[in-house]
Amino acid sequence: MQDFANMTVERSNVQLTKADFESDQMVKWCPGCGAHAILAAVERVFPKIGYRKENFCMISGIGCSSRFPYYVNTYGIHGIHGRAAAISTGVKLANPRLSVWMATGDGDSLAIGGNHFIHVIRRNVDINILLFNNQIYGLTKGQYSPTTPMGKVTKTSPQGTIEHPFTVGELVMGAQGTFFARVPDNNIGMMTDAMFEAAKHDGTSIMEIMQNCIIFADKAHNDVIGKEVKDDTMLVVKNGQPMVFGKNSDKGLILRDTRLEVAEIGKNGITLDDILIHDAYNQDPGIHLMLAKLAPPLFPMVFGVIRAAMFPTYDDLLEEQLKYAKETSAIKNVDDLLNSGDTWEI
Amino acid sequence: MTKKKRPVIERESVVVKFVGDSGDGMQLTGGMFSDVAALVGNDLATFPDFPAEIRAPQNTVAGVSGFQMHMGSSKIYTTGDLVDVLVAMNPASLKANLKWAKKGATILLDTDAFDEKSVEKAGYKVSPLDDDTLETYHAIKSPMTMLTKESLKDMGVDNKTAERSKNMFALGILFYIFNRDLKPSFKYFETKFKKKPELVEINKVVLQQGYNYAETIEALESVIQVSPAHMEKGRYRNITGNVATAWGLLAAAEKSGRPLFLGSYPITPATEILMELSKHKSLGAKVFQAEDEIAGICSSIGASFTGSLACTTTSGPGLSLKSEAIGLAVITELPLVIVNVQRGGPSTGLPTKSEQSDLYQALFGRNGECPVIVVAASTAENCFYFAYMAAKLSLEHMTPTILLTDGYLGFGSTLFRIPKMKDMPAINPPMAEANDPDYKPYRRNPETLARQWAIPGTEGLRHRIGGLEKENIIGTVSTDPMNHQIMTDLRAAKVEKVADFIPEQEIEGAPEGDLLVISWGGTYGSVHSAVKQMQNEGKSVSLAHFNYIMPLPKNTGKVLQGFKKIVVCELNSGQFVNYLKMKFPMPNFHQFNKVQGLPFMINELTDRFNQLLEEK
Ligand SMILES: Cc1ncc(C[n+]2csc(CCOP(=O)(O)OP(=O)(O)O)c2C)c(N)n1
Ligand code: SF4
Ligand SMILES: [Mg+2]
Repeated sequence: MQDFANMTVERSNVQLTKADFESDQMVKWCPGCGAHAILAAVERVFPKIGYRKENFCMISGIGCSSRFPYYVNTYGIHGIHGRAAAISTGVKLANPRLSVWMATGDGDSLAIGGNHFIHVIRRNVDINILLFNNQIYGLTKGQYSPTTPMGKVTKTSPQGTIEHPFTVGELVMGAQGTFFARVPDNNIGMMTDAMFEAAKHDGTSIMEIMQNCIIFADKAHNDVIGKEVKDDTMLVVKNGQPMVFGKNSDKGLILRDTRLEVAEIGKNGITLDDILIHDAYNQDPGIHLMLAKLAPPLFPMVFGVIRAAMFPTYDDLLEEQLKYAKETSAIKNVDDLLNSGDTWEI
Repeated sequence: MTKKKRPVIERESVVVKFVGDSGDGMQLTGGMFSDVAALVGNDLATFPDFPAEIRAPQNTVAGVSGFQMHMGSSKIYTTGDLVDVLVAMNPASLKANLKWAKKGATILLDTDAFDEKSVEKAGYKVSPLDDDTLETYHAIKSPMTMLTKESLKDMGVDNKTAERSKNMFALGILFYIFNRDLKPSFKYFETKFKKKPELVEINKVVLQQGYNYAETIEALESVIQVSPAHMEKGRYRNITGNVATAWGLLAAAEKSGRPLFLGSYPITPATEILMELSKHKSLGAKVFQAEDEIAGICSSIGASFTGSLACTTTSGPGLSLKSEAIGLAVITELPLVIVNVQRGGPSTGLPTKSEQSDLYQALFGRNGECPVIVVAASTAENCFYFAYMAAKLSLEHMTPTILLTDGYLGFGSTLFRIPKMKDMPAINPPMAEANDPDYKPYRRNPETLARQWAIPGTEGLRHRIGGLEKENIIGTVSTDPMNHQIMTDLRAAKVEKVADFIPEQEIEGAPEGDLLVISWGGTYGSVHSAVKQMQNEGKSVSLAHFNYIMPLPKNTGKVLQGFKKIVVCELNSGQFVNYLKMKFPMPNFHQFNKVQGLPFMINELTDRFNQLLEEK
């Protein structure tokens, strides 16, 4: 099962249930919105992580997705647009024993909050980020976002967008991310697995959730995660397992020269042994970056925990510096400080 | 040490300015001179005058670095308008500073630096040593570079090191003029250059030789004596406003038991607070240099929610970036100290100069009805106290507080009577009790209207807050019109209630009279000095200098009543005067404003006051 032995967050032996995290607030997302499933996944995961319920903190920015804190019974802040990562950083640094989670949207974290997003990742602050990627601005009713595919018609792009979208995983790797998972909102098992892994990971965990906005960008992800196509368009990676996909698991990724290729097992002499094995814990992001960028039509899109590499976290390093300073400095209190250096009596 | 008895001229206060090229070590020289003045018991104030560029071209006016100090046998309030003694190490520094010298001032020059090229680079047509430029001054023209090299010639010192020590030669001359003991400086060299004993020797020799040289040439026929000031007994140190601000925040953290968190982004002239606090992890200060000002304040809001004494420090442009987040702290009713070390604006403006032009921004610069507490420090030293009070008010009233200081206070230094932590006022934040069955996020203490602080990790108090309006008491999201009215009124009333917890406004002078001078924040020194001067002349003038801006002290209306005329002096176009007029619509407000990035001069203030007294 999950191993949380070396976590800094305070643990509890009290058995918690879903009810411990249900809030008394009416959930106001549109019926059919993908966000409901994400909430359901969180309610399954939180009681099982094994933390005291008072140690969870849920922080968000602004957007439909950012209403999340009102719907889970934890300590929480519904912040301002784009700034959730900065608020979360302050929470975690102020008390590293908290389990800090962040709910945010593609606009919130990749447009107005892009700066904070890349910097929290670069610093590797130990927080878990649920990025609801619905490829649209939901709350403001349907303007294109930094992940909207090029050419898409939205309220502010009546002739189609003329800008290149971000690939979230690529941005995460570029910012030296240590954890990246991509999950669909229609598979609660995959979501909860990724959330457990994110909770286990020391450092900034990014979970890109392909979320459906039924009102303003309905079926935006269906070309990839739709029931009819997903066997050929989704490759779900598992650490230590060959990266195969297809209805009969008869396709897989191989490395030819410096590029990934799709190979059919049993054809051209390819066997299962030729298929690349997924190593999420590899510190080198090279293959992880390639995996994160793959997309139909030539490739499947990769789902699951793509990267989970161990690096020191900002919060641990800060605590170490504080500890060292406390042990070594002659200045133990403010009176010491006031009387340090050049002083004289009059 | 003096062999010949020189006549003594007793002076109540003297202003000395050290100027030279960036590389001439003027900050160090001025600092050492000030330390000795402090040791003999003078009160003093100092101000460094750095060039804006890091490495300006050598020997140009743009590259002049200066250090001004004002010492006295009575309380010193400013760094002085005009200079009694000017030490100028090159032509450019003379060019840039002669206008600040008093008539008859003593001017000490290194004649070796006045070669043709440097004279020309400074913008002089003819060397000021050769024409009548210095006629009305007492100029001591010494070949200091040559003499320094000469004093070191038996020690095998290379030319460069020798040249670099000439500032100590100048300092030696000054010590002779002021009849100061050299021993403290010797001791200083011994600690500063512990690891380089050769430098201890070099500096000692040069300092002594400068002193001896001055004695030989009888640099000044009399000694300028500034007797010890009558200062309150106690332990003293020198402190800049920025360091005092940092320490005040640390003191408040210790007293309140709430760990300090600073989320900040570097900006002149506030960066020193960030740098200073970075040094004090041993006191538990968590300092986070964020990616921008917005992240600085937002990380602080997160830390505040989590139970820290959270602060963010900045200057005008940074405060602009923080405004949306200040609104979040206002509506979530979290404690947060926002320090704005004001500089000249708008936009990048005059980054290294001082102004008071962010008052409107502090009071009103946010969307919505968004009141915060505003406090202003008025001396480098009391930045400590007002940073402490800003934190105390913010914590106890669960309201963001803006502390206004300015570049002049931040960089300037004064003597600081070291307080004892046990004497500092208690700070009692309204912490919520674990498992309190009655806890509600917006239940308030009727006396302060402050809500309780329930921090993550505490059992039985899980709750959510945020930028959306919340229902009174229970704290769930509410769009109810009447509730919004109630919450808006409560947030405003909570800030107004702070007036019950701050001291009444004091008046320096009679509570009634012809003219009430009003000032606030960093202008205290010059305005106080001007008013004092006029009071000594028997004029009916009083001063009310404000530190508590929002809310104003409760007796403010009464203070304004007793005078025929009121003049509000500020380094902006009239922001405080308009704020006062808004609160106290009275016909007799006048104003005196200056927006030049420079402090008030005492005589321009007295001129204006006299004019108002004379006008019918
Ligand atoms: C400073 C600021 N600018 C603009 C807005 C308006 N606004 C609110 S949410 C939003 C976009 C939200 O998009 P996203 O983050 O993708 O969230 P979603 O609603 O799609 O979950 C915008 C532009 C705001 N609230 N604050
Ligand atoms: S607008 Fe879209 S994202 Fe927002 S709640 Fe409705 S379906 Fe969900
Ligand atoms: Mg969105």
